[in-house]
Amino acid sequence: MSIDLSQFHQVFFEESFEGLDIMESSLLALDLAEVDAETINTIFRAAHSIKGGAGTFGFMQISGFTHVLETLLDQIRSGERDIEQVHVDMFLECVDCLRGLMGDLQAGTEPDMTQADDLKAKFEAILSGNPEAGSAENTAENSSAEEVSAGVQKSDSASLSGSDEDGWKIEFIPCEDVLCTGNEPYRMFRELQDLAEAEGNGSIEVIPHLDELPEFSKMHPEMCYLSWTIIVRSGIELSDIEEIFEWVVDDCEITYKRLADCDLSVLENHHRQEGSSENIEAETVISNVVESEAVESAVVESADDDNSVNDSDALESAESNKLPENAPETHAAAVNEKIEKALEKVAPKAAPSAAKKPAENTSIRVSIDKIDGLINMVGELVITQSMLGQLGQEFDVSRIQRLQEGLQQLEQNTRELQESVMKIRMLPISFAFSRFPRLVRDLSKQLDKEVDLVMLGENTELDKTVMEKIGDPLVHLVRNSLDHGLEGVKERTDNGKTSAGTITLNAYHHGGNIVIEVQDDGAGLNKDRIRSKAVEKGLIAEDEHLTDGQIYDLIFQPGFSTADVVSDVSGRGVGMDVVRRNIAELNGSIDVSSTPGKGSIFSIRLPLTLAILDGQLVKVGDEVYIFPLVSIVESIQLEKSMLNNITGSQFVMQLRDDYVPIVCLQDIFNIDAEKKDLEGAMLVVVEGDNEKIGIVVDELLGQQQVVIKSLEQNYQKVDSISGATILGDGTVALIVDISGLNNHSSDKNSDEQTQAA
Amino acid sequence: MTNAAQQSQNDKASGAGSDDEQQYLTFIMAGEEYGVDILAVQEIRGWEATTVVPNAPDYIKGVINLRGTIVPIMDLRSRFSLERVEYSPVTVVIILKFETERGERVMGIVVDAVSDVHSISDSDTRNSPELIEDLNTEFIRSLVSVDDNMIILLDVQRLLTIDKQLLNIATDVAADNE
Repeated sequence: MSIDLSQFHQVFFEESFEGLDIMESSLLALDLAEVDAETINTIFRAAHSIKGGAGTFGFMQISGFTHVLETLLDQIRSGERDIEQVHVDMFLECVDCLRGLMGDLQAGTEPDMTQADDLKAKFEAILSGNPEAGSAENTAENSSAEEVSAGVQKSDSASLSGSDEDGWKIEFIPCEDVLCTGNEPYRMFRELQDLAEAEGNGSIEVIPHLDELPEFSKMHPEMCYLSWTIIVRSGIELSDIEEIFEWVVDDCEITYKRLADCDLSVLENHHRQEGSSENIEAETVISNVVESEAVESAVVESADDDNSVNDSDALESAESNKLPENAPETHAAAVNEKIEKALEKVAPKAAPSAAKKPAENTSIRVSIDKIDGLINMVGELVITQSMLGQLGQEFDVSRIQRLQEGLQQLEQNTRELQESVMKIRMLPISFAFSRFPRLVRDLSKQLDKEVDLVMLGENTELDKTVMEKIGDPLVHLVRNSLDHGLEGVKERTDNGKTSAGTITLNAYHHGGNIVIEVQDDGAGLNKDRIRSKAVEKGLIAEDEHLTDGQIYDLIFQPGFSTADVVSDVSGRGVGMDVVRRNIAELNGSIDVSSTPGKGSIFSIRLPLTLAILDGQLVKVGDEVYIFPLVSIVESIQLEKSMLNNITGSQFVMQLRDDYVPIVCLQDIFNIDAEKKDLEGAMLVVVEGDNEKIGIVVDELLGQQQVVIKSLEQNYQKVDSISGATILGDGTVALIVDISGLNNHSSDKNSDEQTQAA
Repeated sequence: MTNAAQQSQNDKASGAGSDDEQQYLTFIMAGEEYGVDILAVQEIRGWEATTVVPNAPDYIKGVINLRGTIVPIMDLRSRFSLERVEYSPVTVVIILKFETERGERVMGIVVDAVSDVHSISDSDTRNSPELIEDLNTEFIRSLVSVDDNMIILLDVQRLLTIDKQLLNIATDVAADNE
């Protein structure tokens, strides 16, 4: 009866990642001054389910690791220990580490346990170290990374010397029918072994007692006649061992004794043999380990990405720096092993973790409300359908009124159904926002700035595809704001601002769009600097006159790489031009506004969904085209007074303060349609890429939501056309790509100009 | 199904000379009979008005809505530089499909009339003679005689892979207009 558990792995990973997200957000929300028991419980529960799940699916690396974490959480939860900043930092590190491990497991690769082992050692140190020493250190230190690890180092060494005689002697005398109740002692021993080995340095010995064994002829095959003595050499807690025997504790005799308290005459010799050869090595390396671990953890903490070289260097230097001390003997072998392991693993560590990409998450979680709504809707649709069906069977002209009513109802049902189905893909933007508290926290530490992150409109819903693609550009913007936008503490106080800067993430609906703003109250964009940089790069001429908006817009130019303007935090290869391009791919736009000394606002405008668009239908000749409603500024009737003719064929229109070029779709699209006199023609003024153009159309038809269909699937990409849709009468209408049209018309203009010249 | 069609096309291309008979749908255009692999035919429809695609070569009549998919329609007469005729109610559109790297593509061709279905053995086909350098011959896979009538067998994939030529022609058209 074997169930293939692997089919549930995906679910486990998803749940665990969710659990990790919960842990992370709860940890960040934790107010150390006033610890909320419920938050701790939430964290504990998340950790517990991860451990449970991992155990079930046989991911022992994860369950073993989560276990120590859980133990500490349990102590905090039960009030045995106060939670401190060190703990929070370590828990956060654990969350990262677990995420990495699970990413590895999900991708089917062997997880790299180096970091996990380190963290585990730290936890064990805290768990076994004396609380006074710990708290004394903690009061003295700030939460900066190096000092945290320094603290860990001390408690680490304390644990190493204090845990000399760690281990348990277990007498296990099961009742005779233990096998009948489905409890297999061997399984428990194995579990015990896993538990001990999960500690990194543990081992168990099982000594069976055969005294009770009857003669073979009297032996009943389902009875258990054996009893065992188990020696566990490991720092594990008694409660963990008890957990293993939990199922049989009522039926069996089990006694636990600390190894230190019992007479190990049987094992002493054995132990000595092993120990003597290791002692020599142990004395020389033990002190180094303490150091190297501290060094490594410091490096790990201060820089996530590029530490492989530093790590191994640090370890090597630590090794060569020998300071023999009185070393605890029992740990010698383990410690030695640890050094080797660390040396082995540290070097290749960075490469795979950086190159690894987590397997794409293809499922989507939908709230039950949405599903219920959908089912309701389908129910109504079925009713309408049967009503119409009945009507159709016995139809005569007198019932035309009912038919119309029915069709109206059908239309309403269909629209509602469509909306509900679309809503399934909609997720609250908090999914994209959730990573920022952590990002800002880490980054502000790294940059030594004080930052408050404010997130508004987290429940604003956004299409999942859009959400996935907007994540990276948002991260880039937030990093930028933190790095360049906000000033350091000193500069801020000098300028009479609060010492902590504020970054506000705001999301809200605006028309058919969602607007996401990244706002900081920093120094604002430096116009002169941008200008001089642009001149230097040859993007603009020295004497070119630019409005503020145009200057700010320069930062999105491809040549204007952030690397010139910046430090190590930004400049990760994603320039602002890439940000803009990514957003443009989603049919969105990005704008920046800035006030010197007050800060800047980057606002991203995105369509709610990629599948549906609000369109204005226009007629040119016999063809119907669709303009995205969002890009339409206004529609007007041309008057002669507005028109100006420049360079012969090109007309511009004066629209208040702007001169707007006028184009005819007939020209651009090469279609046969009579060109009408411009005077009195209907003109739709559209804006794309921050430039306005006026498009002459024959007629404005209605506005409607259109479903975007691909033209490329069977044909190919067409310039200035973003897709096609099917109208109510079944014919195809093409959707005009306004920014594409803009480029096209300017290309054409320049062509004509060169020809004219 | 389409794979099978391709497979058989490949067989022919390599001149395997197998006796497997292959069915071809034939149609008439300007008095000549043409054939396409029947497995590449999705359906046959009457002519309906299309939506014109901007800057398309003139043999692309536009796109239609085929049960929710946008399908381009090619006028085979103008593709083969034949004299144009007015479309009538009997004008037929054959919807063809074929595999590409990007997945299945569907396209319609406008022909004068559908003729027949013939089973043709590979060994009966003849390569078309090397004619003058003409773009149009590249769509012809082979020639075959059935009941003393010559049928021109077309290579669907080549016929419908328009992307490369399309670009050139589109620019030519643009140049002509200016």
